[in-house]
Amino acid sequence: MVSVVYEAPDSIEGAVNLLANADVPAHILAGGTDLIIQTNGSSDAERLFVDVKKIAGMTEANLTDTALVLGPSMSCAAFTECDDIKAVFPGLVEAAYLIGSTQVQGRASVGGNLCNSSPAADTIPALIANGAQCVIAGPGGERTVPVEEFVTGVGRNCMEKGELLKQITIARPAANTSDAYLRFIPRTEMDIAVAGAGVSITLDDNGTCTAARVGIGAVAPTALLVPDAAAALVGSTLDDAALQAAADAASAASSPITDRRGTVEYRRQVVGVLVKRAATIAAERAKGG
Amino acid sequence: MSEAQEFKYIGQRTIRPDGYDKVTGRAQYGADLSLPGMIWGRTLRSPHAHAKIVSIDTSKAEAHPDVFAVVTFKDFGSVEGESINAGEGAADVLDLARNCLADDKVLYHGHAIAAVAARTERAADDALDLIDVKYEVLSPVMDVEDAMKEGAPVLHEDMFTQGYEETPSTPSNIATRLEMKMGDIEAGFAEADVIVEREFRTPTAHQGYIEPHACTARYDEDGQSMVWCCTQGHFDVRTSTAKLLGLDLSKLKVVASEIGGGFGGKTVVYQEPVALALSRKAGRPVKMVMNRDEVFIATGPTSAAKLKAKVGAKKDGTITAMQGWMAYEAGAFKGSPMMPGVMTMFTPYDCGNVQVEGFDVVVNKSKVAAYRAPGAPQAEFAAEMVVNEVAEKIGMDPIELRLKNAAKEGTQTIYGPKLKTVGLIECLEAARDSDHYKSALADGCGRGIAAGFWFNIGGQSSVSINMNTDGTGTILEGSPDIGGSRASMQMMAAEVLQIEPSNLKPIVADTDSLPYSQGTGGSRVTFATGMAVIEAAEDVVKQIKERAAAIWNVTAEQVDYADGVAINTAGEEKMSLAEVCQAAEKTGGQISGTGNINARGAGPSFAVHLCDTKVDQETGKVDVVRYTAIQDAGKAIHPSYVEGQFQGGAVQGIGWALNEEYIFNDDGVMENPGFLDYRIPLASDLPMIETIIVEVPNSFHPYGVRGVGESGIIPPLAAVGWSVGDAIDRKVEELPCSPPRVLSLIQNG
Repeated sequence: MVSVVYEAPDSIEGAVNLLANADVPAHILAGGTDLIIQTNGSSDAERLFVDVKKIAGMTEANLTDTALVLGPSMSCAAFTECDDIKAVFPGLVEAAYLIGSTQVQGRASVGGNLCNSSPAADTIPALIANGAQCVIAGPGGERTVPVEEFVTGVGRNCMEKGELLKQITIARPAANTSDAYLRFIPRTEMDIAVAGAGVSITLDDNGTCTAARVGIGAVAPTALLVPDAAAALVGSTLDDAALQAAADAASAASSPITDRRGTVEYRRQVVGVLVKRAATIAAERAKGG
Repeated sequence: MSEAQEFKYIGQRTIRPDGYDKVTGRAQYGADLSLPGMIWGRTLRSPHAHAKIVSIDTSKAEAHPDVFAVVTFKDFGSVEGESINAGEGAADVLDLARNCLADDKVLYHGHAIAAVAARTERAADDALDLIDVKYEVLSPVMDVEDAMKEGAPVLHEDMFTQGYEETPSTPSNIATRLEMKMGDIEAGFAEADVIVEREFRTPTAHQGYIEPHACTARYDEDGQSMVWCCTQGHFDVRTSTAKLLGLDLSKLKVVASEIGGGFGGKTVVYQEPVALALSRKAGRPVKMVMNRDEVFIATGPTSAAKLKAKVGAKKDGTITAMQGWMAYEAGAFKGSPMMPGVMTMFTPYDCGNVQVEGFDVVVNKSKVAAYRAPGAPQAEFAAEMVVNEVAEKIGMDPIELRLKNAAKEGTQTIYGPKLKTVGLIECLEAARDSDHYKSALADGCGRGIAAGFWFNIGGQSSVSINMNTDGTGTILEGSPDIGGSRASMQMMAAEVLQIEPSNLKPIVADTDSLPYSQGTGGSRVTFATGMAVIEAAEDVVKQIKERAAAIWNVTAEQVDYADGVAINTAGEEKMSLAEVCQAAEKTGGQISGTGNINARGAGPSFAVHLCDTKVDQETGKVDVVRYTAIQDAGKAIHPSYVEGQFQGGAVQGIGWALNEEYIFNDDGVMENPGFLDYRIPLASDLPMIETIIVEVPNSFHPYGVRGVGESGIIPPLAAVGWSVGDAIDRKVEELPCSPPRVLSLIQNG
């Protein structure tokens, strides 16, 4: 029988302490929408669940003049209702809105989506596009890792034993900047990305792209930052040729697999299409904003 | 029946009698019965798609402290190959037993091998791990092409193809070959100005019912036993389970729970005989509930098929010849719905020169089960796609072409009889005149049309109506209600008795309470069980007249019955139905009517569907933007339920056409056994399915009813398939039209 020891510390130090000193497999419990399923039916004798939602700041988001500071365990339902954040990072919010169903979004969180580290996670390409930083607390103090370096493999990330994700921070973007996230699924909802793309675009007053970041998902073991795709956009007015070049760069950067959700050839093509379309939407928003 | 019947209740949209229970969660489904002392059964399933079982050692599982019993095939006793009516059509008892628990071979990934009953589900699962099965793994055969090849691994050494003049002397995977023909096919093609011939493929698809198979079984010390389960036919569950366990029918009571979808897939037994065998051994009631992945890997998908269709026509649109070929996967044991495929393929057309050949082929997949108009969607998909192409080639509107060749009263069918009154022409005219068909097609969209034919069946139905002393009554039907039969039985009885439908309580009675009734399938219940209800209600009316006559001292012939009131035509007296029931004690005892019939004359239901799709040219994703389902109901007893059947059939067909398919790896293991990756359509994927009810009465039913449950799943495959092809200027030959396949078609042709 599985026996779960449940702890709910109210401080980062308390959580780090529990995680660092656990002598049984220890898991961080945020919404639990992945964790409960992954550990259900497990035959391990004992497990430690450290619920981090009681820690101050863990379930809050704060948009200041300089940055968005996101508590990793804030539910997607609460996050997607933050109109101020939606105005600045519409793409990130729409990525959070795509996770699971309405019911699941009451528990699921952006930080949980990131820490589960699935190649197909919807929020990761959107976080990459926005240059998010991960603040990790551990026995040795805090460290900050760019989101594109956080995930290290399928279901793996850079956090060591005793560490937990304390914050996700995103610098407030320059004027005339916006983002978009698109994923491809064969249906309209309740599915897992066959491919995903998050794009952030900054325009100058003439509509020329001065900065861009492109993140792609579900087409490699981890979500990827694609500098070549961004480079294809910068300096252009997002004309068809530039968009196609960005699409081609994203396709070239991808290394997908064939599985029940799509083939290598299909994913490679579609991720390019998504980059093109997300860039177009982000640029429209950047103009409008 | 007359053409213009006046109805008091038929045709209304009454509140469904099972509605409150279902929306409040009070309804009791297959997994909802728990009994004192009950334990849990779980099933050990094959990890291999094809293997010989060298040995099974259950001793360690039996020694588990929480385990009460372990069963294997041997616990079924002496089962012999004989044919019984087990659901929709005949089944071989030995095959049925070997599907419930494998004998000397496992024939698909997920094939049940043994079952354990233990104190908890977890203990039962743990004990499954203690069963030691030694296998000799064999190469799996996963599609008809490989299975039909010379030298293919053979699933059954004792299978010799039936249907040739000379039965082959070597075994093969082809169980049956069937040919039906009429006229002169060669002469027909010689007459044609245009001939279109294509080859098609359809995938393995599941019925996708939401409720997993579940049952609770109890075998008592005195040899009496009970099975509670979700099923489309509890009498057939009794037949199969009693046969496998060697029981008299009177010793086994089967109770049908509420059912969360069946669509044909709950016409056969999987766990019921196993649970009862476990209970017999354990001396305790046993509950078994499948997981979703078990439902996918081990219960009834429908046949994947390879098909060819060839149609010839003159320039004026006259179809001169129709030829078909099909090979259907049966799964692990013989018995695909290839025969109805052969029979229905070209039946919507009045063409004298037809030839169709079919093959029933075993492969290493779960044994197929009935699925809504079993066998017809695949065959008619091929036929309708080619008919649309013929229309395109001669430059004729596809509805005009169909109207010119439509099957009608007197049309000779390939399978023998001539059609009686049917409503295909009326459906086609309704389609032609519909707002949908008259509407312009948006840019980048495609439009498809297809017809569908299904026979419908009658069969045995038993009904009792027990009247209460206050004039209300209970209707006992033996047909599980999977699509609204309680509502329609209530309305038909009310129509005869001329009392409010809500005064009659319809229930699905257990096997101890009624004579045998065939299961719910073949769109038979509103037709056949409805006729039994009408007969039982007429029996009640007859008795009402007799009782009133006895009170008035006149003959029953002198009593009229109208508007729920008995009238003495020889005098002035009147008595309401309630008053006669109240007086029953004094006139010879309580009143109950029976209707135990074998209904003949099921009227076929034709359907015509229109589908508009929009295709994303860069991703291959298909959106259904408008859809209309038109179908002949004969007479719609409860129009909301009829519309629901049209819509449900359409949606299942759309899913089959767009995204649903089993995906297997090289070892024959299913890779998508869940609703995440086996993609049935979501509500948000589809527009409102528009419906048009056509009513061309079936003269064999007192109110004109034709079954409507099945025909609606037939046209979507070609309506969607043609529509997608139209949108991308290509010809679809393989389903599903999933995004990767459509994108490849766009880019590579």
